[in-house]
Amino acid sequence: MNENNLIEIRDLSIEFKLRSGTIRAVDHVSLDIPRGQVTALVGESGSGKSTLASAILNIVSAPGTIKNGSIFINGQDMLRYNANRLRQHRWADVSMVFQAAQNALNPVMRIGDQMIETVLAHQKMSKEEINKKASQLLDYVRLEPDRILKAYPHELSGGMKQRVMIAFSLLLDPQLVILDEPTTALDVITQDYIFDILLKVHKEMNITMLLLSHDISVVARVADRIGVMYAGKIVEVGETFEMFENAKHPYTAGLIQAAPSILDDVNDNRSIKGSSPNLLNLPPGCAFHPRCEFATDLCKQDEPRAISVDSGRISACHLNEKGEMLA
Amino acid sequence: MRGMIDFFRIICHNKRSLIGLIILVIFILMATAGPFIFKLNMTVDYNNRYLSPSLEHWLGTDFAGRDTFIQLVHGSKEVLLVGLLAAFFTLFVGALLGTLSGLVGGRLDAGIMLITNLFLTIPSFPILIIMAAIFSIRDPISFALVLSAWSWPGLTRAVRSQIISLKERDFIVICKVMGMSKPHIIFKELMPSITSFLSISFIMTMRGAITGSVGIMMLGLAPYSPTNWGQMLNLAVSQTGGIFNPLGFIYLFSPILCLAFFQLGSIFFANGIDEALNPRLRG
Amino acid sequence: MSSLLELRNISMIFEQKSGMLGKPTPISAMTDVQLSFEPGEILALVGESGCGKTTLGKVVTGLHKPSKGQLLFQGKDVWNMNKAEFSEYRQSVQLVQQDSYAALNPMRTIFQSLSDPILQHKFVRSRKEVYERVCELLNTVGLTPPEQYIEKYPHQMSGGQRQRVLLARAISLKPKLIVADEPVSMIDVSLRMAILRLMSTLNKNLGIAFIYITHDLATARYIAQHGRMAVMYLGKIVEQGSVHDVLAAPQHPYLQALLSAVPVPNPRIAKAKRELPLKSLDMPSITNPPSGCSFHPRCLYASQTCEQTAPSLMPSDKTIVSCHHVEKVPKWTIATVK
Repeated sequence: MNENNLIEIRDLSIEFKLRSGTIRAVDHVSLDIPRGQVTALVGESGSGKSTLASAILNIVSAPGTIKNGSIFINGQDMLRYNANRLRQHRWADVSMVFQAAQNALNPVMRIGDQMIETVLAHQKMSKEEINKKASQLLDYVRLEPDRILKAYPHELSGGMKQRVMIAFSLLLDPQLVILDEPTTALDVITQDYIFDILLKVHKEMNITMLLLSHDISVVARVADRIGVMYAGKIVEVGETFEMFENAKHPYTAGLIQAAPSILDDVNDNRSIKGSSPNLLNLPPGCAFHPRCEFATDLCKQDEPRAISVDSGRISACHLNEKGEMLA
Repeated sequence: MRGMIDFFRIICHNKRSLIGLIILVIFILMATAGPFIFKLNMTVDYNNRYLSPSLEHWLGTDFAGRDTFIQLVHGSKEVLLVGLLAAFFTLFVGALLGTLSGLVGGRLDAGIMLITNLFLTIPSFPILIIMAAIFSIRDPISFALVLSAWSWPGLTRAVRSQIISLKERDFIVICKVMGMSKPHIIFKELMPSITSFLSISFIMTMRGAITGSVGIMMLGLAPYSPTNWGQMLNLAVSQTGGIFNPLGFIYLFSPILCLAFFQLGSIFFANGIDEALNPRLRG
Repeated sequence: MSSLLELRNISMIFEQKSGMLGKPTPISAMTDVQLSFEPGEILALVGESGCGKTTLGKVVTGLHKPSKGQLLFQGKDVWNMNKAEFSEYRQSVQLVQQDSYAALNPMRTIFQSLSDPILQHKFVRSRKEVYERVCELLNTVGLTPPEQYIEKYPHQMSGGQRQRVLLARAISLKPKLIVADEPVSMIDVSLRMAILRLMSTLNKNLGIAFIYITHDLATARYIAQHGRMAVMYLGKIVEQGSVHDVLAAPQHPYLQALLSAVPVPNPRIAKAKRELPLKSLDMPSITNPPSGCSFHPRCLYASQTCEQTAPSLMPSDKTIVSCHHVEKVPKWTIATVK
């Protein structure tokens, strides 16, 4: 295992058995999450990013099952942890900020009490110590500790609840924080300062972050590295600046083109043609070919493998194999 | 038509509800076709009393020499009929009042809720007994009315809450913007969303009514027919000494078992209804 | 010549009950809003949650009766119309809601949901005509071949497809104006442009006016390219004008803050350090709005006048702005560093 990587996901596959068939939500995915960086995972709904992230905490929801693969953290495969070690791992090694914060908080408990309960489930600390730490973290996310610790979730706005969730995720000094669409359902101004806070946390506490989003504009600001997923597979990985300036996979290029922006020429914007893939009935060959303007006959027959096209760059596209670059 | 086929296909697919369906069908056959197939003979025949089960008398004979099984079959007709009628009355009144209350709101709502709450606070079974004693029950209809008098309030409240929450849903709000008529909103938009709830309520009310009716008949308050299960239980206790007479066990326990099986069948069947009626659960 | 629709000094005040014995507190969701629409035009109504834009949409579609002011449709006060006139208004002003899943009856197929309004208003006469009309509508919104979607239930379709169905339903009554309340916010970013382009096409080809309500300035800019934009804050319009003018030279400090906060798909610009031109980040509660200009607690350029008197919309440069010190506000650029 490479020392620079906090987490190495190798050949992970997760399946969902439904009445109408079996879905490969995550299909032989290998991904590195380097220490001390913000890695973003971008993809449309149904691309598999949330399922992949839930595997890192081993909380894939039924009827999903992990079919094969390993997730190495500091050299150990956490999928093979026993129940005790797994409990330690969850929240103390890796924590998560869920989408739509409102659902993650217990509506009948005060915030302060929930924080105490969370910490006590993992380590022995006195209530005063926990309160002190909680107050520090709440301060950090620009909330008033006195008011928030005594409050119930329904007394807070969406933006405040999301900040509370970030504070929660930091309670046990985790090595990795996973953020699943942390700002959907929040307004732009709230979104802006949530990301400000996340960047501050990342820099000052040196916490590795994995950010999941369907919006590539949002990750442009925050991420150091971007991984793009489509139909359960990784299609491209690379450094943020390089990805935007020189995308190697047509889907990545499509996502960047399709993102509405206040700066570009309104007539320039193009959306990706077609609709999201039906995971129960994927096309043969490359799953993206029906929507790709560069698709060749080979693309319709052969599934491309993810290969290293440059140092640190991975792409799964036949066009790259031949050495052709996308403009 | 396609809806009906789909409905039964899903019921049959779910093992529980399939068993429930089979049990209910057996009872329905027992109640409808049974009396024609097995002719009732209530003439007293002391020489043949307390006979064990045999090919001639499938469940043996009772304290007066009459066939137990045939009595059971004839009794089922009475019992199921009363249960069905009570469930219909309850459903009609409950759904109507609940919908009106929820949709119209305001003072009508307040008035209906006042009456409903009044009924709910009074304990049902003791009043039922008193009512049964006062209004002499001579036929299934009056019996069913008495039984439903206390089950409509619960349904009214439940339907009202469902309607109130549905009223605010986006797909109902848009009906107003599109100028859809009130009958359309009630019957095509709101009702289908509560059909599953109403069906399950229907079955549960029927179940409750049957149990209640057997209880009342057992107490001898509705003796208009000698073969219904409640009356059988009444006679079992008064004439054969109940559980103290081993010879009378079959006569005592057969209506009890029938009742238990019917309840089981209803609950199992209801289990599959939600899945069958809700397109989202069908996948 | 009266405009298609006009909001004349409309205020919406809701009473929030505080417990059983407390006096109800009045909440001003909209204050003195003045807006008018011509046939076929597009207006983007922009603001964050709690600013009153959804309430405005509900007032326009007749779901809320204004507490003060008048809603005029083709010159007549909607709430004083006779039955026939009101019926015409109802048909002419339609709504596309944000949550496409909640906006469709989960128990009814797409065919049923689309044929209900057509049959209600007797647009067609036979079963065959209904079927043809529904197929035609599905084709218009890009759901082809229609036969593939007709028998589906809402949960069997994707968010983008459902949103198209909502549009099909809205145009089925041949309306003159459609209010679209955050129509793409629940759809993936990569699929939003397709829906917006559809709305643009419907506007051009069918001459339907659109009020596009959103908190996302990027999409607002796209859809209302040749139209107008109005920015709302705590129930009032703070800036208004043609989209081009409003975005080329935004004058109200709130709008400038919004523009600075919009994510940009360009890492060089996005990562450039900057702070929002705001004094405080949290939106004041609508139950207890600030005195004078409701934006003053967060405004970098606020003075004592701002705390005491509320400004009114005045023409300034090429747009109309509600700000006492609009001349003090600097010109906005993407890299506005504090």
